[in-house]
This record gives sequence, C-alpha cells and structure tokens, in this order.
Amino acid sequence: MSRTDPVLRFEAAGIHCPTGGFFIDPWRPVARALITHAHADHARSGMGAYLCTPLTAAVLRHRLGDRRIEVMDYGETRQIGDARVSFHPAGHVPGSAQVRVEIGGEVWAVSGDYKTAADGLAEPFAPVRCHAFVTECTFGLPVFRWRPQAEVMAEVGAWWHETAATGKVAMLGAYSLGKAQRLLAALPEGPGPVLTHGAVEGVTQVLRDAGLALPETIPVTPDTDPKAHPGALVIAPPGALGTAWARRFGPSSTAFASGWMALRGIRRRRAGDRGFAVSDHADFAGLTDAVLATGCDRVFATHGYTASFARWLGDKGLEAGIVATEYTGEDIDAAPETETPAAAP
Amino acid sequence: MRDFAALFEALDTTTSTSAKVAALAAHFRTAPEADRVWTIAILTGRRPRRSVTTTELRRWAAEAAGLPDWLFEDSYAVVGDLAETIALLLPPAETRDAASLADWIARIRGLAGRPEAARRAAVLAWWAALDGTERLVFNKLVTGGFRLGVSQGLLTRALAEATGRDAAEIAHRLMGDWDPATIGYDALILAEDRAASGARPYPFALAHQLDGAPEALGPPGDWRAEWKWDGIRAQVVRRAGALHIWSRGEDLVTPRFPDLAPLADHLPDGTVIDGELVAWGGDSPLPFATLQRRIGRKTVPKTLLREAPARLLAYDLVEDGGEDLRALPFDARRARLATLIAALPPGLPVEVPPLLDFADWPALAALRQTARARGAEGLMLKSAGAPYVAGRRKSGGWWKWKLDPMTIDAVMIYAQAGHGRRANLYTDFTFALRHGDELVPFTKAYSGLTDAEFREISAWVRRNTLERFGPVRRVPPEQVFEIGFEGVQESPRHKSGLALRFPRMLRWRRDKPAAEIDTLETLRALLP
Ligand SMILES: [Zn+2]
Ligand SMILES: [Zn+2]
Repeated sequence: MSRTDPVLRFEAAGIHCPTGGFFIDPWRPVARALITHAHADHARSGMGAYLCTPLTAAVLRHRLGDRRIEVMDYGETRQIGDARVSFHPAGHVPGSAQVRVEIGGEVWAVSGDYKTAADGLAEPFAPVRCHAFVTECTFGLPVFRWRPQAEVMAEVGAWWHETAATGKVAMLGAYSLGKAQRLLAALPEGPGPVLTHGAVEGVTQVLRDAGLALPETIPVTPDTDPKAHPGALVIAPPGALGTAWARRFGPSSTAFASGWMALRGIRRRRAGDRGFAVSDHADFAGLTDAVLATGCDRVFATHGYTASFARWLGDKGLEAGIVATEYTGEDIDAAPETETPAAAP
Repeated sequence: MRDFAALFEALDTTTSTSAKVAALAAHFRTAPEADRVWTIAILTGRRPRRSVTTTELRRWAAEAAGLPDWLFEDSYAVVGDLAETIALLLPPAETRDAASLADWIARIRGLAGRPEAARRAAVLAWWAALDGTERLVFNKLVTGGFRLGVSQGLLTRALAEATGRDAAEIAHRLMGDWDPATIGYDALILAEDRAASGARPYPFALAHQLDGAPEALGPPGDWRAEWKWDGIRAQVVRRAGALHIWSRGEDLVTPRFPDLAPLADHLPDGTVIDGELVAWGGDSPLPFATLQRRIGRKTVPKTLLREAPARLLAYDLVEDGGEDLRALPFDARRARLATLIAALPPGLPVEVPPLLDFADWPALAALRQTARARGAEGLMLKSAGAPYVAGRRKSGGWWKWKLDPMTIDAVMIYAQAGHGRRANLYTDFTFALRHGDELVPFTKAYSGLTDAEFREISAWVRRNTLERFGPVRRVPPEQVFEIGFEGVQESPRHKSGLALRFPRMLRWRRDKPAAEIDTLETLRALLP
C-alpha cells in the first residue's frame, strides 16, 4: 500500500484497489468484493464479504444463498482504508451501479455493465466525473444502434397478438435478471396472461418484494396446464427454449430479445421465429457519449469489442487501453445453468 | 420495392419450405410483372451488372456514417455481409422512396458509365430515402450479393403454384440465357414458343449422400455403379449446329473448353449429354487441382490445353435426336448413350466410362476402397429403373457413396472470430503439425463443430489469449482436433509446402494431449 499504488490495478483475481484492500466484480475468491450488479459473470460466489446496492443484495441472496452482504445506497459514501467509495446508477438492470473510487483527490470509476437510455425500470444511468473510467463495450461497434424502446416493444406486442391469433403460444427468450422484468414492465397489453419460467419468476418475485411495481405473472410449475392459458406469452431464459420444458406448451412461435438480434446472421442462427434487438447494454453512441461525459482522460475497456472501441477513443484523443477480464457480456449462447439460480450452499 | 423487401424478409425469417413457397407464390400473383421477372432473375443468379465498385460503396458509406475506414472494416469483419454492414452503419432514413423493384434496378443500371461524383451523389440520396430491409435489399442489388436460401426447386414450385403450370416445364424455361431487362413475364413463363429452344440445358439431376450401408437401398441387382469423378459437372448441348457447355452452376462455359469444340462437328443435332468434365492424363483423370487451373480463366493458354486437356466422361443422355429422354429409365438412357458415343469417330475427347461389375454389396464396398488410386472420389449408385429427375429427389435414385475423408490430428494455434451468424463466437482456427521441435501451421478450418462445441472453445479462447493481431488471437497449443480432408497437394504458397482440399474439423480430441499430434511427414506421406 505504497503511495505510488494506482487507484485500481487489473490483476488475475479481478479489479483490485490495493489502497482500500478490496476488489470490484472479482472472478476469483477474494476477502472483500464490491459488486456492480447481480449477473453471474460480475457477481460470483466464494467472496469473503460483499458490498453492493440493496436491490443487488436482494438478488444476490436469492442467487447465492445467505452470504455476508453489506449494502450501500446510491450516492452514499463510505471510507475503506484511504479510499472513499460510492455507488452510482448504471441503468443496466434494477440495482446496477457504477463504482466510484477516490484516493487523494484522484477519481476512478468502474462501470460494470451499463446502458444510457432509460428503460422505465432500472434507475437511469448517471455519468460519474472521473480521471479514469473502466468501461464495458459489449456492443462497441457502430453497427449497434438501438431503436427507441417503445417501437421495439410495440413489435413484440404485435408478434404476441399474431401468435395468439394462430392459436399458438408466444415463447420469448430473455435473461432472468433485467431483460425479463423490463419486458414485463414495458410490454403493451396482450391477448392473454404472462407465464414465467421458474428462473424468471424467482428474480421477479425478489424485485417485487423489494418494492418494484411489476405486472402479475403466472409461474409455470410441473402442474401447469398449457391449454388453460389461451393467448399466453411465456418468458423463459434463452437456455430453456427448445428444451423439453418448452415443448410442453405445444405449437409455439419462439422469439428472442437480445442486442445480438440486430445482426441478421445471429438472428437467423439463434432467434427461432423472431428476434428483437433489445439490450441492457449501451449501443455504440451510448458508450461513446458515456465515456465523454465522464470527462476522463484514461479509459480501460474490459469486455466486448475492446480493440475497436479503444482505438475509436484513442482517435478522439483519450488514452485508451484494453484489460483482460472474465466478464462475458450479453452471452446469448450461455448454457442454461448460468441462468438458473444456484442452489444455496 | 416494399413488396420485394417484404418477400425478402418472409424468406429470411422462416426455415419452412412450404412457408417459403407460399410467400413466393403470393409475390408472383400480386407483384407488378416487371418486378416478378426481376425476382426470378435475382433468385436464379441473374443480377444486374455492377455499376458501382464495392470499394466505392465502402468509402461512401464510411463518409456518410462519419466513421474512419478502419472502423468500417472492423464492423464489416463482424457482420460479414457488406450490404448489411452499410445498412446498419448509415443514419436512419429521412424520407421514404416508394419506387418498385424494377424502377430501382433501372436506376442502378443507369449509374453505369457516369462519373464518380454523380454516382456518389445518387447513391447517398437513395440511402437517405431507404430504411431497414429496403436499404439492405438495395445494397444487395448494388453489390450483387443475393443469397436467399431459395433453391431452384422451391422457385419452380412457387411459379407452378402461381401459374397452374407444370413445374418441370417452368424449370426448363428458367434455364439458359435470358435477359431480365428485355424479356417480359409473359414471354419467360407463359408464352408457348419458348419450350425447348436454343442452347438451354435441362435442370440437373443431383445425388443424395449415402451415409449408411448400401444394403438399405435394396437388392444390388436394381442398382448400377460408376466411379464418382472429381471434375466439373456439365451438360453438353448440341442444337442447331452449335455446341453449348453448361456447368452445374448454370454458367455457360463453352469458351473455356475449346478442346471440346470438335464435338460440335460430330454430335447429331438435338443431343444433350450429362457428364463430368475432367483434366485427362491419358488413361485416367488428373487431380482436380490441375483442372482448377483452367477454371476462372476466360481464355485458356495453349500450354495448359496441352498439360491439362479436358475430356467429357459421359454418363447420361437427356436428349437424343431432339427427343426428351428424361422419362425413360436409367438403363434405357444409358443404352442410347452408349450407342450414340460408339457411333462417333475415334479420337474425340469424350467417352462413356463402363459401369462397374459387382455381384453383391460387399464386393462393391471392396471396389470402393480402390477409388482413390483410380483418381475417383468414391462411387455413384443409380437406380436402374429411375427417370432423370431434376434436383435432389429420392425418386431420381442417384446416390453418391464417397470415400471416408483422410484425417490427421493437429493442434490449434490461432483463433479468429466468425462473422455473420457466428459473429460472437470463435470459429476460424489455424492448425499446426509437429516438424522436429517446431509447430508448423498447415491449414485453416472453420466448420465441423456443433454450436455447443463452438461456444465452449470460444470461452476457452477468450480465457487463454496469448496475443492479439486484430481479430486473430494466438492461443497456447493445447487443443487437439481431428482434421478431415479430401486430398493434399504440394503448394509453395503455404509455409508447410502443402495444401488440403476441403479441410474441416471432424472431432475435438479432448482425449489427446498436444504431444501426440501428427507430424508434417505423416501428412506428406498422403501426397498422391
Ligand atoms: Zn450484466
Ligand atoms: Zn458485463
């Protein structure tokens, strides 16, 4: 802990603050972890102690069981050793935070995952002024340009109605944490009820209990009679589509909601009948604006199209580098087990 | 163009053939007639000539999107499709242009020969008036890169459904040389006099792959066997005194085979022979690589004509004396082919390779093992009583029974992200063999694994990157794969001195440590 230590260092176990003695979103077990959000690649099990926002804590307890978890609200500050830390909304999923770390007047911010457009559910992204910014860039290429949420949600709604009109079940693949609740909150009124896979329902209930207003859903259980719910929309983790679990609903139209659906090739490979480009990560313009809004002069890109995005920022006069991490971004090919809550040890 | 963009989307978003046929048939009933002709032209590979180069398009699009060229190229590498990359990078449209497909094609053709500034201004204005799929389709018209997953068979089925005519007749009408800019829908599809004219070949009969044992086909006596030659599938058409050579891609390749010209003087009028064009080494075909040197050249130099003379290995007769033989059984067509060729004077570059003699299936299987030594890549099995059926149909009774590929175990040393449908995965790998203490890269391969395996190896690549060179990552030599290929030849252009034909991954050998991979010498030993 010499005075020459950088505010944050990129190490084999994760992003380390040597002065404060903690890690941010580490991927190997460490004594003390600050967690940006509860997605499995950012919040792993095995840490001695966790510090995160109250909503993230609620989902973490659900995912990982009873752990040593301390909470801190957005904007609150805490002194850890000589480091002063605080959480700021990242707009990625409910409870997601950027971590601001200040040591001796030098400020670094770690974005975790983020999106800049408000989705009506997650606390809207708030830029953090800093000297150095650690950013994701899952969709850090200019081919990614999200359309307004209302337009895409109207298309999802139209597909649900068309599907119901042909007597089929509308089966929509979406991440259990974030995407599923965002769809629930933003979809227009449909021709039938919304049924949820256990992994989706679990997180949804946790967020409801924490005070989020989310529409009513019917959890799918082994006893659920698919025929009892005409016009239904089923929301399930991507990994559950095409499995025996999904086949019980009989004839269905399957769709997939992910930023990757912006690319025709991936849409054709992965989407089933329809692909809707909806992402909880910022698009290229959002990433660029977010970086510029921090006023920083150094940037570290953690995951996604790091090489292209860092070069783009370099062209803009920033000192931009790539750091190796084990974050996976919006992985549409994730195996189902990363989508289901882990059993509490 | 809204109709055509909607058709494109309908075809693009379904894998059901009946849904595709329905979408096409609806289009052929309702779209303007000029648009129908262009739709057929596009689906049969008759695209408008390019009036803008892809280099120009890339530059203009990067400028219009306000992006540096390198970022345009990075984006293209991920999307994998130039037309789509441009459609995605440009800002959203300001207005909507309602011109028809035929109008758009006329506009695009009108660009030819105009100065760059004028073509640039026109294309930029059009981009600003098209959105989403329409912009993508426009770009594909300009770049000429349409691939719509519509086989010739689907197209003819749809046209038959829309017009109430026979699919086989429609298929024949669509073959050969016609120009969508000058022909009307009526003349192309409906008028009576186009049935059998000119140079037109017949839709090719295609073979199924035989994966299991031939016993499943039934009694061996019902089947005929031939060597499967590794050449260019072609129909040789002699009508009205002229010879026309069609490759299976439906390209007229007559000028590339001047050595076949003497056939024009000796084949009777109204003859269509189906067979394989090979480079001939005196009594057996030369390796495909030799023939390959002739492909892609407009005119063939004399030395090449001497070193790699072409020969037609004839195996079917589709038209004889102007009579369409397709309904006859294979045995009858074959007998007429033998008679026809036997009547020709000696010395012509054509022959009918004899059918193979076999008493039972095991005997044929043993014969198959000798294929490579004969310059063949396996066997063809044909049902003695089947008619000549267009496309890959079970009723046609053609089966290819290929040799098992050659294989070698190699280690992965570089990985590159895929594009298009696999943009988020690592799918293009470079493999090395051992040579002394060195690892020598010898081939790339990018197919053969399941999606689940690609996901797993991609995660491994991300975690184990040693170095990055643009989109390429160097990885530790640890993952061993069994590489399958159809042949190997000397190649001074490759570091290993060898080049493989059709390399692909057969298996991820998780059981095998990198210390046990094959050597370069093992591969050299497989040279013909
Ligand atoms: Zn996340
Ligand atoms: Zn992430």
